[in-house]
Amino acid sequence: MSRDGPAPVYLGLPTAPRGVGHLRGTEPFPVAARRALGNSQLRRNLGRATATIRAKRAAVVSELPDWEQLRLAGQAIKTETMRHLDRYLEQLESQVAARGGVVHWARDAVEANRIVVDLVRAAGATEAVKVKSIVTDEIGLNEALAQAGIRALETDLAELIVQLGHDRPSHILVPAIHRNRAEIRDIFLREMGDADPGLTDSPAALTEAARLHLRRAFLSARVGISGANFAIAETGTLCVVESEGNGRMCLTLPDVLITVMGIEKVLPAWADLGVFMQLLPRSSTGERMNPYTSMWTGVTPGDGPQQFHLVLLDNGRTAALADPAGRSALHCIRCSACLNVCPVYERVGGHAYGSVYPGPIGAVLSPMLTGVEDNATLPYASSLCGACYQVCPVRIDIPSVLVHLRARHVEESHGRLPSPEAVTMAAASWVLARPARYQAGQRAGRLGRLASRDGRLRRLPPPLAGWTVARDAPAPPAQTFREWWRAHSAGEAGRAGGVFPPGRRSRGVPGGRPPGEAP
Amino acid sequence: MRIALFVTCLADTLFPQAGQATVRLLERLGHQVDFPEAQTCCGQMHINTGYQAAALPLIRRYVEVFEGYEVIVVPSGSCTGSIRHQHAMVARRGDDEALARRAEAVAARSYELSQLLTDVLGVDDVGAYYPHRVTYHPTCHSLRLLGVGDRPLRLLRNVAGLDLVELPDADVCCGFGGTFAVKNADTSTAMLADKMRNVLATRAEVCTAGDSSCLMHIGGGLSRLRAGTRTVHLAEILAATAADGAGDGAR
Repeated sequence: MSRDGPAPVYLGLPTAPRGVGHLRGTEPFPVAARRALGNSQLRRNLGRATATIRAKRAAVVSELPDWEQLRLAGQAIKTETMRHLDRYLEQLESQVAARGGVVHWARDAVEANRIVVDLVRAAGATEAVKVKSIVTDEIGLNEALAQAGIRALETDLAELIVQLGHDRPSHILVPAIHRNRAEIRDIFLREMGDADPGLTDSPAALTEAARLHLRRAFLSARVGISGANFAIAETGTLCVVESEGNGRMCLTLPDVLITVMGIEKVLPAWADLGVFMQLLPRSSTGERMNPYTSMWTGVTPGDGPQQFHLVLLDNGRTAALADPAGRSALHCIRCSACLNVCPVYERVGGHAYGSVYPGPIGAVLSPMLTGVEDNATLPYASSLCGACYQVCPVRIDIPSVLVHLRARHVEESHGRLPSPEAVTMAAASWVLARPARYQAGQRAGRLGRLASRDGRLRRLPPPLAGWTVARDAPAPPAQTFREWWRAHSAGEAGRAGGVFPPGRRSRGVPGGRPPGEAP
Repeated sequence: MRIALFVTCLADTLFPQAGQATVRLLERLGHQVDFPEAQTCCGQMHINTGYQAAALPLIRRYVEVFEGYEVIVVPSGSCTGSIRHQHAMVARRGDDEALARRAEAVAARSYELSQLLTDVLGVDDVGAYYPHRVTYHPTCHSLRLLGVGDRPLRLLRNVAGLDLVELPDADVCCGFGGTFAVKNADTSTAMLADKMRNVLATRAEVCTAGDSSCLMHIGGGLSRLRAGTRTVHLAEILAATAADGAGDGAR
């Protein structure tokens, strides 16, 4: 995946720019995955954590008799929103402005970072407290702030662990899912500065250490930065859902609040929240109700932040919207249910995906935002088992979008030197298009019997060599099915007194309607 | 009933016993099986690897060969899934609306084996005899694309002599995923390792499923480890009768 040269363009719309943010990995997925698979601590941490969340989700989802109707409602609201996204965004802008907020439009990560840096500088601050926000990770906001001499302090416990550990988030909801509590204790002792040297690895002790560490920052910060789970076009209301209350501290204590939001997060009406407030907590944390739901509308004099800025971010989203077969990736509400059920994610973890959006949804969303060529191995990072689609609260058919993106990858590679895979696929199609060629191929493949022992092949040549790394391959049998059939049908015809002459049956001319005639 | 068999390219070439068993089973139940020899492949491998244009002629062939039949049986959940959920979509992407409509009509008459037996032919007990300890892996596309539910288990529970053991974490993918097994061989192998651990925990001598492809994967892993558990297609179990004795066509 070269980052040189011009960014690929899809339907003429700009994708997320290179060189900024965290939507692209530095190595292909299979390479990163291989390294992760060798980390037994990671495998154990992930296996335990995802199994726990999976079970919690399954239990609370099974309580609702109308769960499937809720999913359909969530899908319908998102589809309607995307169809008229321009209208809802302008409505949101005018409502936020009418309530005393300021709306900024950011074409991409570079523009969004510049807007936020300018706003923090204008507030005269050198430090900002942050609510857990994936979108600010997507654009690399913390790095942009650091370059401008501004320290961004992550206040979500898991984000704090990641920040102190000089690490990257590996899960949408549980950014430090790859760490166990013993590792977290080590990070706190090493990096916090004010941690008690006798700190144990009990969850209560670790949480208390974080609480003390963060309290000073909450009380002194002049600028808070957040993302948004939802924004209501009808009222101009912003909404953040979280589990700790640290987010609410950031949203209410500082004088200036800056919210960065992907444009796909808007919802048409206040009543729509009723659907998503049921879908999201049950899908994400496996809770019936979200613990801390903060909502604010513009500025309230004398109460809470006295300046509110909303940064609406595109960063490839309009390009994603322009792809009818893939745009449903924008419906995602970041619940992470698909990560927790994905057999690939559970084994390789989030870092292997190279983007802030890992797992099945990341494997579609990241290439949609960057253009497929910049994340070309992600659409293939799935066995297409369909477990993600089954749990998605807004019914994103992730396997179908993955298949679509694979096709886009192949089509957009057209005109370059064909890969060995493309040559193989073209040859296979040529062979399979005609029964005579296909049968000749079967006869040629039978040579494989020469290399077999007990009907098994222990080593296949490229491009199939990966198969026999850990698996035997079956040797071709002495007789294909169709060879057996000819003998079988001749025998049957003989027994049936020639009612069905083998020649007629073997040509496959149906006895009923002629081919092509409608039933 | 007259039933056309789409045997699938994999079973035709590498696992003929699955196709033979499908024929023997349906003939034993009193049906007439046709095997139109002009058939080749459903194109799933091309579609799922991104080569939709190359899959188009294969989809056209499937439609032309089978559209004259009222009922088509496919001894594979994932090929049936591709026929039902991908053929028309690929035709439309290739700007061939006429083919898409024909593909939808043929797809509606194409059934995975357990669907055909229970839904079309109305049989839960096929009169089979198979004196072995067996565990069943529900393949992902049978389970999630086709929604076959417990149909294969209902058929297996009625097989005389069969000791059916539940597979732990049965609905988790075995890691095959077509070219995924080669493109992401390490991840695929890690998934296979967990599937094999669960299969071996059942102490079954046979692991069965409705897809030769997933069985090739699980069986290839078990064979490499000389684990002592073999994989057998569902059709082979359902085709076995007391006349066959304890033999089951194991390779």
